[in-house]
Amino acid sequence: MTDLTKLTLAEARDKLKAKEITSSELTGAYIKEMEGARALNAYVLETADKAAEMAKASDARLQKGEGGPLEGIPLGIKDLFCTEGVRTTACSHILDGFTPTYESTVTSQLWRDGAVMLGKLNNDEFAMGSSNETSYYGAVTNPWKGKGEDKALVPGGSSGGSSAAVAARTALAATATDTGGSIRQPAAFTGTVGIKPTYGRCSRWGIVAFASSLDQAGPITRTVRDAAIMLKSMSGYDPKDSTSVDQPVPDFEKALTGDIKGLKVGIPREYRVEGMPEEIEKLWTQGIDWLKAAGAEIVDVSLPHTKYALPAYYIVAPAEASSNLARYDGVRYGLRVEGKDITDMYEKTRAAGFGAEVKRRVLIGTYVLSAGYYDAYYIKAQKIRTLIAQDFKQAYEKVDVLLTPTAPSDAFGIGEKTDDPLSMYLNDVFTVTVNLAGLPGISLPAGLSARGLPLGLQLIGRAFDEETLLRTAGVLEEAAGFNAEPDAWWRA
Amino acid sequence: MSVDQNTVRHIARLARIAVTDEEVAPLAKELSSILDWVEQLGEVNTDNVEPMASVENLALPMREDVVTDGNIQDQVTKNAPGADDGFFAVPKVVE
Amino acid sequence: MTQEAASKLIEGATGAWEVVIGLEVHAQISSNAKLFSGASTEFGAEPNQNVSLVDAAMPGMLPVINKKCVEQAVRTGLGLKAQINLRSVFDRKNYFYPDLPQGYQISQYKHPIVGEGAVLIDLPGGEMKTVGIERLHMEQDAGKSLHDQHPSMSFVDLNRSGVALMEIVTKPDMRSSEEAQAFVRKLRAILRYLGTCDGNMEQGSMRADVNVSVRKPGEPFGTRCEIKNVNSIRFVGLAIEYEARRQIDLIEDGGTVDQETRLFDIKTGKTRSMRSKEEAHDYRYFPDPDLLPLVFSQEWVDEIAKGLPELPDEKRERFIREYALSPYDASVLVSEKAIASFYEEVAETSDPKAAANWVTGDFFGALNKAGLTIESSPVSAKQLSELINLIQDGTISGRIAKEVFELMFDSGDDPAKIVEEKGLRQVTDTGAIEKAVDEVIAANPDKVEQVKEKPKMIGWFVGQVMKSTSGKANPQTVNELLAEKLGVSSDN
Repeated sequence: MTDLTKLTLAEARDKLKAKEITSSELTGAYIKEMEGARALNAYVLETADKAAEMAKASDARLQKGEGGPLEGIPLGIKDLFCTEGVRTTACSHILDGFTPTYESTVTSQLWRDGAVMLGKLNNDEFAMGSSNETSYYGAVTNPWKGKGEDKALVPGGSSGGSSAAVAARTALAATATDTGGSIRQPAAFTGTVGIKPTYGRCSRWGIVAFASSLDQAGPITRTVRDAAIMLKSMSGYDPKDSTSVDQPVPDFEKALTGDIKGLKVGIPREYRVEGMPEEIEKLWTQGIDWLKAAGAEIVDVSLPHTKYALPAYYIVAPAEASSNLARYDGVRYGLRVEGKDITDMYEKTRAAGFGAEVKRRVLIGTYVLSAGYYDAYYIKAQKIRTLIAQDFKQAYEKVDVLLTPTAPSDAFGIGEKTDDPLSMYLNDVFTVTVNLAGLPGISLPAGLSARGLPLGLQLIGRAFDEETLLRTAGVLEEAAGFNAEPDAWWRA
Repeated sequence: MSVDQNTVRHIARLARIAVTDEEVAPLAKELSSILDWVEQLGEVNTDNVEPMASVENLALPMREDVVTDGNIQDQVTKNAPGADDGFFAVPKVVE
Repeated sequence: MTQEAASKLIEGATGAWEVVIGLEVHAQISSNAKLFSGASTEFGAEPNQNVSLVDAAMPGMLPVINKKCVEQAVRTGLGLKAQINLRSVFDRKNYFYPDLPQGYQISQYKHPIVGEGAVLIDLPGGEMKTVGIERLHMEQDAGKSLHDQHPSMSFVDLNRSGVALMEIVTKPDMRSSEEAQAFVRKLRAILRYLGTCDGNMEQGSMRADVNVSVRKPGEPFGTRCEIKNVNSIRFVGLAIEYEARRQIDLIEDGGTVDQETRLFDIKTGKTRSMRSKEEAHDYRYFPDPDLLPLVFSQEWVDEIAKGLPELPDEKRERFIREYALSPYDASVLVSEKAIASFYEEVAETSDPKAAANWVTGDFFGALNKAGLTIESSPVSAKQLSELINLIQDGTISGRIAKEVFELMFDSGDDPAKIVEEKGLRQVTDTGAIEKAVDEVIAANPDKVEQVKEKPKMIGWFVGQVMKSTSGKANPQTVNELLAEKLGVSSDN
């Protein structure tokens, strides 16, 4: 049975279509893996019965030669996506017991295309974090461990449940969201592929909001091809989301031609940050060589405002979050802590319902928007955002795609950075620029660190040019030949 | 330190999050260190730069004036911690 | 200072004071669905029935704007002769209240859809005055909290939550409660002509925040108080009268006016402070990241302008020009769209001047007495014009017409039918009238003597003849015969 979980999504799809395997078999294998991997804490809610039912329905369709592009494929769903009749909490105490009566657009498209839901995946509370340690349901443990180490490592965040589940083969693929790096950094920490599409590519309707102008959904998968397949189903214009863009969704899988001859790849010099580990630098150089070997032209480019992206992000994202999270007030759903009057109820509910990091960000956001500080912080940050977007625009006059490392280090230990918010924030230094400019970015595993942990490379594309991004990623993936796997220490 | 304890209490009040006396001092320190760190944005000359609120240079899409929603009182109040007769119920509000 | 302006001053112990008034009128936009959701705007539904998941601020829900509401705001802006801004921005106004489910109201703060305009108001004595419009912006209405249903709980109904409002802000141009009331009346008329708001203050479709300050004439503006949510034109007047006097008394007693929000208590006729100062609001406005800037073309605005109906001011001018009405009559007739339409229908088939007299005289009188509106009038415009024509062609006298009108009002019958059935046709047969004249002269020899000294007494004889003929005698014939027989001039 475990052989079934070795298949990539593309392989499983083909075998299902060819009736070599059934979804019930495939889903059954994943349910077994999921239930055997509770030590990872990747799932906050397992929906095995629902999965079995959906698989059965898929099999009926497949049997008749029908079925969508994801027919019978078992997926894990980040707990930020509202799922009808299935508890959705964004891993926050404040959404205790919240059961949506509606389905997010992205997940409804996955079900439309035949996918099967295994359960809800852990994440940082309201997606605020880079290590999945802020979840109300506890930290997720990275399936990977350092060579000869027993230390529990973080799977990255905020989509740590998604990255851990895919890396541990407890889901064939997973949905995730990315506000400052929450798809790409966890992918890098777990040896998986994660793509954050262009802002507006995927509908945000039904996804619990963190920072509306930055949030985007995307998949975490095992391969670039799997990412292309997932992304196609997740994408598309949604009239219910005013920021969704009415652009045709290409067949992303067809973009994987393996041919990047003449492609111009930019290397932004500002990403060579001080204190970057040598092995990251080496990996980056290796990536450049691979692309060169495949016929790409390497161009040195400058993105001069890169260093200001992170501080600007930590104004914009908390500001939006402070407002987005105002609806969690104990009135209409979720947690309520009674108080002597309405204000007391609000304050007690929100004090009990939000964790430390969420409170920190809501307070920062409240502060930077408050009278007297708005121009100095919020407007300043939005101006920096303009400059960052201009940097990219200028770079894309010369190049087609940019290559950078995904994260400044390999996975760190659980608890190592929780006392120092700033050092935690620095994890997103390479990924956050992409969100501020609304561009697509992909992380793929490209090698192992000296400790034997996965390292990722990031490609950044032009807006709505995920095809070039995926094509280039496919070439890098091929060249890197990353096939390391974590030891299955977690199996019950 | 850019954020003192009174400021912490004030913004916590604005954000409707109760903070205990023990929490105030460490919060002031944490928020200050974050705000001191973002101060580096001051190095950048942003005169004549337009602030960007959205990455999209598009106009707001509009929908037609048709009633397509509502009449779902049960769904609207289904998750409510306090509901009575179709209303949400909250501790009394005094004007 | 003009005489009119001086007459508006309020006398205090230390001399005359001038009251300065600005208004913020909230007008519900007439539309089928809400501003950002597809739920109905209908009044009087069961609690939380006209509520969508967006209106209840469920996690992940997003706003999509109603085009009709935008069009209505533009139409109103055009009707207020105001600047239309082709680009405007929606901001979030952040505060906590149980009937504000999002924890913020979507409004327009820095960049409203409509800028400066002007409204001409009609004052007693035919005086006209221009009140400047500062701006008009769109925003969401809040829900409703009921505080009197339960000893310790408040109940929240979100049916109104998200209904589209226009906030129309005037410049501080009004100098008396009469002017403020005239403004609200005129604004309501314009909105009704435009069909952009039903102006129904009882149902809360229109309500005003009244800013009041006082000063000695020629001095700078004083500190103002804002009286919130005044919901009738009468209360606007009472609230201003009370508040101006309160402020004058306060200052004259050596006190100072605090800038604050006050409520008008309809039971006591007084205003009282609403919020304590320590609860000073900090709304933390910022552009709503779920929405893009609202942008439309001048062509669209021109298209809307083409469909604009004739507005009260233009109609008034036309009535004066086309129907030779007095400015006063014209103002009265255009004060409401329904009245103007009724009048025009009457005037179309009868003498316009007589029509104006009838509509503003007996017709309004009867409606008022019966407590009816023009829409529910038992007498149609066609019937009234028929009645006028019966006078004009001599079928009945003016006096009989009044009687016929009363019967029409009671029965809804056509005037011709009433005249026939009741035998009210005017007597023009000179023989019959002469007989009546002779009888009156013969019966009153003393009066015959007196009339020689006082020719004006002929009126008494006319009255007697009319009485004896039950008003059916043609008054002109009566006059002529009497003059001849009594030997006095009939011109008296």
